[in-house]
Amino acid sequence: MTEPAGFSLDVENLTVSIPLAAGTLRAVRGISFRVNQGETLCIVGESGCGKSLTSLALMGLLPAKAVRGADRLTLNGVDLTALSERQMSDVRGESMAMIFQEPMTSLNPAYTIGNQLEEALRRHRPVSRAEARERAIHLLEKVGITAAASRLQQYPHQLSGGLRQRVMIAMALMCGPDLLICDEPTTALDVTIQAQILHLLRDLQREFHMAIILITHDLGVVARMADRVAVMYAGEIVETGTAAEVFAAPSHPYTKGLLQCIPIPGRTKRGEHLGSIPGVVPSLIGEIAGCAFANRCPHAADACRSEPPARDLGPGRMVRCVLEPGAVPQMEPA
Amino acid sequence: MPATTPAPTIATEDLACTFQVRQGIFQPKRPLKAVNGVSISVNKGEVLGLVGESGCGKSTLAKMLLGIQKPTGGRILIDGEPLDGLDRKAVARRIQPIFQDPYSSLNPRKSISSIISLPLRVHGVGGPADWERQVKEMMDLCGLPQRAYDGYPNQLSGGQRQRVAIARALVMRPEVVICDEPTSALDVSVQSQILNLLLDLQKELGLTYVLISHNLAVVQHIATRVAVMYLGRIIEQADSETLFAAPRHPYTRALLDSVLTPEPGLGVPDAQLGATFPNPIDPPSGCTFHPRCPHAMPVCRQLAPRPLAAGGSMVECHLHDPEQATAA
Ligand SMILES: Nc1ncnc2c1ncn2[C@@H]1O[C@H](COP(=O)(O)OP(=O)(O)OP(=O)(O)O)[C@@H](O)[C@H]1O
Ligand SMILES: Nc1ncnc2c1ncn2[C@@H]1O[C@H](COP(=O)(O)OP(=O)(O)OP(=O)(O)O)[C@@H](O)[C@H]1O
Ligand code: SF4
Ligand code: SF4
Ligand SMILES: [Mg+2]
Ligand SMILES: [Mg+2]
Repeated sequence: MTEPAGFSLDVENLTVSIPLAAGTLRAVRGISFRVNQGETLCIVGESGCGKSLTSLALMGLLPAKAVRGADRLTLNGVDLTALSERQMSDVRGESMAMIFQEPMTSLNPAYTIGNQLEEALRRHRPVSRAEARERAIHLLEKVGITAAASRLQQYPHQLSGGLRQRVMIAMALMCGPDLLICDEPTTALDVTIQAQILHLLRDLQREFHMAIILITHDLGVVARMADRVAVMYAGEIVETGTAAEVFAAPSHPYTKGLLQCIPIPGRTKRGEHLGSIPGVVPSLIGEIAGCAFANRCPHAADACRSEPPARDLGPGRMVRCVLEPGAVPQMEPA
Repeated sequence: MPATTPAPTIATEDLACTFQVRQGIFQPKRPLKAVNGVSISVNKGEVLGLVGESGCGKSTLAKMLLGIQKPTGGRILIDGEPLDGLDRKAVARRIQPIFQDPYSSLNPRKSISSIISLPLRVHGVGGPADWERQVKEMMDLCGLPQRAYDGYPNQLSGGQRQRVAIARALVMRPEVVICDEPTSALDVSVQSQILNLLLDLQKELGLTYVLISHNLAVVQHIATRVAVMYLGRIIEQADSETLFAAPRHPYTRALLDSVLTPEPGLGVPDAQLGATFPNPIDPPSGCTFHPRCPHAMPVCRQLAPRPLAAGGSMVECHLHDPEQATAA
């Protein structure tokens, strides 16, 4: 690879459209971001805003009828849009891997854990069965599974949800990918297991120097995991910044609203009303005139009827809103 | 009623539910103690938060309180009266559920008005003219637009569907509402609306809630008392403030330590619980938490800790038992 060190994924103007009977669903509407080696980007936003389609688009795993567009989509300098389906399937698993919310989407119930882990490596690397097995055991131990060797003979249904999730993480890591995409990896798990798995992801990231894209709608997970945050709304990225910047000084009215919706012990008082964002997301079919958040925004004005500008607030810090960032009142400490 | 203080709105005494389950096709059935001797009491206007990891028996307990799962031991008292002495209509009038998934818990082929009026019709409360008035009142109270009256679930947002489920639960004017993960399928922006609604309804109608949730920040925000379950038993119980400020059971501590508050820079805690989730059919001896407990002592493997109650709090752990502390 000729790419400068430390560089991983570069996405410019990514779109995903799905033709439907009622018109074209424009689910991802031109988003741009970069993720560097060893860095975690969290993508947060409400249900249906296009998070999963974004990750599937990066992996080349979109549903057949979905159409992907991008001005640039490179991984370590390799143009992913120029690859054939065959080449892309080589990249998947080898340079980039994905962890889904539901582990059974990537585990095959008919094969043993060992078989699936070994295959994940042997599909891409000329290694012996024994070498693959050794790596599988090593990674199962890494993800905190005790008696790893004996687990290799087990089938997915013999494991608890938390263990399956760990096996899936181990499988995604078999080839040592440069980029790991995690779509709601812990949403279905208990908080204690969630903390363990996220802890593990951070350890593994440090060890393997992976770039991670973590998709979630849990703001606690975002705060604790993200180096940088991208807030999505209706198929667009409306705000980016470091976790510290976005949580301390949310600049988009949607981000601000989100942070006021969650109970925060110490900041919100027991039994008191939480903030809310009334209304619903606009239809993603066809064009959205002006700001997509206008129908729910407390600051909406005439100016919001035209496309809001992407304001550059510093390196990696952007907000898509007509308001000057200082004009949006910040959260009041309780 | 002979007692001078009113009986708790809902109480259980040594309540148990054992399922007979098969682990393999050719294996004999074995008992699984989903709920194993649970005693709780909730007074009028209280919100009891029920927390604990997946499979610890929260929903089974909730279903017994609702009268839709038969206990295999112990009993349930509603305002001091045994639940099994009451007929279904009488129970439905007093206790109603709100379940997790607003998508699957509403019949897509039924109109909103017929979904909300269902409990009234099933239990023959009032007549059709009455039903319409009551449904419309409930819709108002729950923030549903009147135009939804003749609409169908697929025309509503997730938050509106959960409002329909709440309206259906409240149309019988119950005293107690059992909420099993009422907001976990919802976005945070919708979750906050539903939590605000539950709080308002509680104040307006003097409701008593049992709230089951994996989200401890939500429990802390709503609950007045909290009970922590582990493998079918309540292992700690206290008023909400005490429990969150000073958890006593090692499992409760691990649970609270695992909560990820939205504070950047703090990293992800490691609760040090290990990955060995116990098999409920073959629970560990002594204290069932001992294989994962960072404070386990020799006695913990042999002897189940007894409930230690004091000043409205309860904990089941040898660490807090003066007899064991001196023995150790
Ligand atoms: N195969 C499909 N056919 C038609 N529409 C789809 C398809 N997959 C996704 N969509 C639509 O595209 C939009 C974006 O979906 P996506 O799954 O990316 O959302 P998301 O942000 O991941 O939401 P969630 O938080 O609920 O997982 C939604 O409106 C969804 O209904
Ligand atoms: N009908 C049933 N037959 C056999 N076992 C059951 C039945 N219902 C529940 N169980 C078992 O009883 C235990 C408790 O289940 P329950 O659904 O009450 O847990 P829970 O605390 O609600 O979990 P979750 O947080 O995942 O909803 C589990 O081990 C479960 O597998
Ligand atoms: S552009 Fe206007 S409507 Fe959109 S978020 Fe900013 S102020 Fe609100
Ligand atoms: S009784 Fe022993 S094993 Fe159980 S929680 Fe207390 S210290 Fe831990
Ligand atoms: Mg998704
Ligand atoms: Mg449950």
